[in-house]
Amino acid sequence: MIAQTLSETKAPLSEQSIFELIEVEQVFEVPKPGRSLFSRETVGLRALDGVRLNIRKGTSLAVVGESGSGKSTLLRVLLGLDKPTGGRALYHSKPILEGRASGIDFARDVAMVYQDARGSLDPRMTIGALIAEPLRHFNIVPPQDEAARVSQLLDRVGLPADAADRYPSGLSGGQVRRVAIARALASEPSVLVADEAVSGLDVSTQAQLLILLQSLQRDMGLTLIFITHDLGVASFLCAEIAIMYLGRIVETGPTDAVLGAPSHPYSAALRAAAPQFFEPLSEPLSGEIPSPLNLPAGCRFSTRCPKMQDDCRLKDPQLGKLGPQRAVACLHPLEQQ
Amino acid sequence: MKNMAENHVLSIKDLTVFRGAAKILDRVTLALGQGETLALVGESGAGKSTIATAIMRLLENARVTGSATLAGEGDLLTLSERKMVKLRGRRLSMIFQDAGTALNPSYTVGRQLGTSLQRIHELSKADARKQAIELFTSVGINDPEGRMSAFPHQLSGGMQQRVMVAIALAGSPDLLLADEPTSALDVTIQAQIVRLILQLTRERGASCVFVLHDLALASQACDRIVVLYAGQVVESGPARDVLERHRHPYTKQLKSCVLEIGAKDLVAPEGTVPSHDQMPNGCRFSTRCPRAVARCAGEAPPLVPARQTATGPLDHHIACWNPE
Ligand SMILES: Nc1ncnc2c1ncn2[C@@H]1O[C@H](COP(=O)(O)OP(=O)(O)OP(=O)(O)O)[C@@H](O)[C@H]1O
Ligand SMILES: Nc1ncnc2c1ncn2[C@@H]1O[C@H](COP(=O)(O)OP(=O)(O)OP(=O)(O)O)[C@@H](O)[C@H]1O
Ligand code: SF4
Ligand code: SF4
Ligand SMILES: [Mg+2]
Ligand SMILES: [Mg+2]
Repeated sequence: MIAQTLSETKAPLSEQSIFELIEVEQVFEVPKPGRSLFSRETVGLRALDGVRLNIRKGTSLAVVGESGSGKSTLLRVLLGLDKPTGGRALYHSKPILEGRASGIDFARDVAMVYQDARGSLDPRMTIGALIAEPLRHFNIVPPQDEAARVSQLLDRVGLPADAADRYPSGLSGGQVRRVAIARALASEPSVLVADEAVSGLDVSTQAQLLILLQSLQRDMGLTLIFITHDLGVASFLCAEIAIMYLGRIVETGPTDAVLGAPSHPYSAALRAAAPQFFEPLSEPLSGEIPSPLNLPAGCRFSTRCPKMQDDCRLKDPQLGKLGPQRAVACLHPLEQQ
Repeated sequence: MKNMAENHVLSIKDLTVFRGAAKILDRVTLALGQGETLALVGESGAGKSTIATAIMRLLENARVTGSATLAGEGDLLTLSERKMVKLRGRRLSMIFQDAGTALNPSYTVGRQLGTSLQRIHELSKADARKQAIELFTSVGINDPEGRMSAFPHQLSGGMQQRVMVAIALAGSPDLLLADEPTSALDVTIQAQIVRLILQLTRERGASCVFVLHDLALASQACDRIVVLYAGQVVESGPARDVLERHRHPYTKQLKSCVLEIGAKDLVAPEGTVPSHDQMPNGCRFSTRCPRAVARCAGEAPPLVPARQTATGPLDHHIACWNPE
């Protein structure tokens, strides 16, 4: 069963979605806690544990959630960098890895902006050469038009044309992020995946990049998948949101609806913890943060959930429909007015 | 600034840092009372990390002038390296901005924390281990015992950040410098860690300098705010004065870029910070300032009290020729 959460139309799911994740699992074998020095005993760490997600073409999706909940792992699966250990991960209805292996189309169509923008750029190459690299690799323009396209891309991301001759070390953090975005856009992708592309930037530089990303998404019909910890950024940039907790998506839906009236108790805690001017810092959730090596029985949020009831320790709630556009993985979702 | 007196734990005067010909910090002056928390905010590249690193005396390839006085120790900028080695981790300690590179990739995180604890508190290995597990628990690391044997790359970015917090708190410092201690964390853990840092520092009457990008978080966590632009202090004072009664055009611009949940309107400021070889001699914000007047580009505005009251000038300062 696929929870068809993010849209409701008559067309079959496969025709409108770019990505479909069906019960995706990603288990890492890690050293068993407390094992002796020379033992090779391992245990499975369930970084993704039954992820269901359907990403429509042209949408903008924010992925938020607890650190360590599996957001970066999810992106690696979407990009075909890692093969999930269970479930199915589809790109245009075909397994992502098949698409990736079958040629350069996937790599060209799905571009990535890494969180560590500086680390992802070769410091010995000029900005111009860094942007020309994907142009050449994917054969985007004939060689004589390359320079013109590079300056077009620089302009698109708000960098001066003379930046082409500089090296990454000569650019500020915000400028380096712009280069990373320009490079990602060079292959004319239809999907842009970004892991905390604006976190750690000051609010003015962040505002410039967000407006850039918003216009790219609107004008070029780009599908945007955006990991962020900042709910203000999520609500500004992304029409839809997926909230993760310990390896599972626990709530999805339109960003404003979800943040305006969260239905999963974890989403509500997240919303309440967002910084607000001169309010007291939010109270932390009480209870143990469970280990991904040893998930609690029943609902994975039950050790910290303020709404926990007896059956929560027995049943593991799956992501299921809640109204036409939303879905939640909770046995006792919060009341919606 | 008035009453730069004895009760300040840290008092920085005219801190100036050159890297080659570039003046990265320009006459930065600020003070921190005992038990106070202060936020450094401003554009990336403004010099926030440079201030913190200069206080720790960990700046490389830089020429530093001015002073940074730690109560009871004197000017940190002139102490011997031997003395600094003793102070670091005990009297002052720093949480670095980039946890991924600050941790040593070839040792387990348990060993890295345990070694600090053994060194600082002269504990036995077993006691250090016990205390390490307690610290891991208090910074919200799940499965603290199991994670002791994890290498940094096996932890998510947020978990690495928590390890850094645990290491910085290990020595119960009097002055904690926290350079974006939570920017890699989700907001629930962020609130938890900031609370924890505040609680642990308050219990000991310690003081704290945070580098933060989130102005709302700064208002929640800090008594005072110092706004930097291109290496200069442009506005400083109590959090409410700076965030709600600011008079500097750059502070106003920063505030207008804050995205509250549900906000759909955002006006991005024009332009970028000039590179150091093109920095104006006067106000460094003058290339982008909507209120710039004739004298701004050529003449640097001094940091002066932002307003007068019946009882004299307030402890709220700005550097601007034509304030809001
Ligand atoms: N290569 C790996 N080997 C073992 N465990 C891993 C590996 N990569 C990730 N993990 C574990 O998988 C879980 C999910 O990690 P992931 O990096 O996806 O989290 P995240 O949601 O991106 O967190 P953050 O917000 O902190 O970046 C964590 O418990 C992490 O420790
Ligand atoms: N090792 C270095 N060598 C040369 N210049 C440097 C070095 N480190 C920093 N700088 C420069 O010093 C200035 C201040 O940098 P700093 O890292 O203090 O800024 P910041 O305010 O902490 O920025 P961010 O918010 O991006 O962390 C910047 O112009 C930066 O390019
Ligand atoms: S299922 Fe129960 S424990 Fe889990 S989130 Fe819902 S109310 Fe809380
Ligand atoms: S001194 Fe002039 S340029 Fe600088 S902030 Fe004030 S008005 Fe603007
Ligand atoms: Mg991550
Ligand atoms: Mg910094």
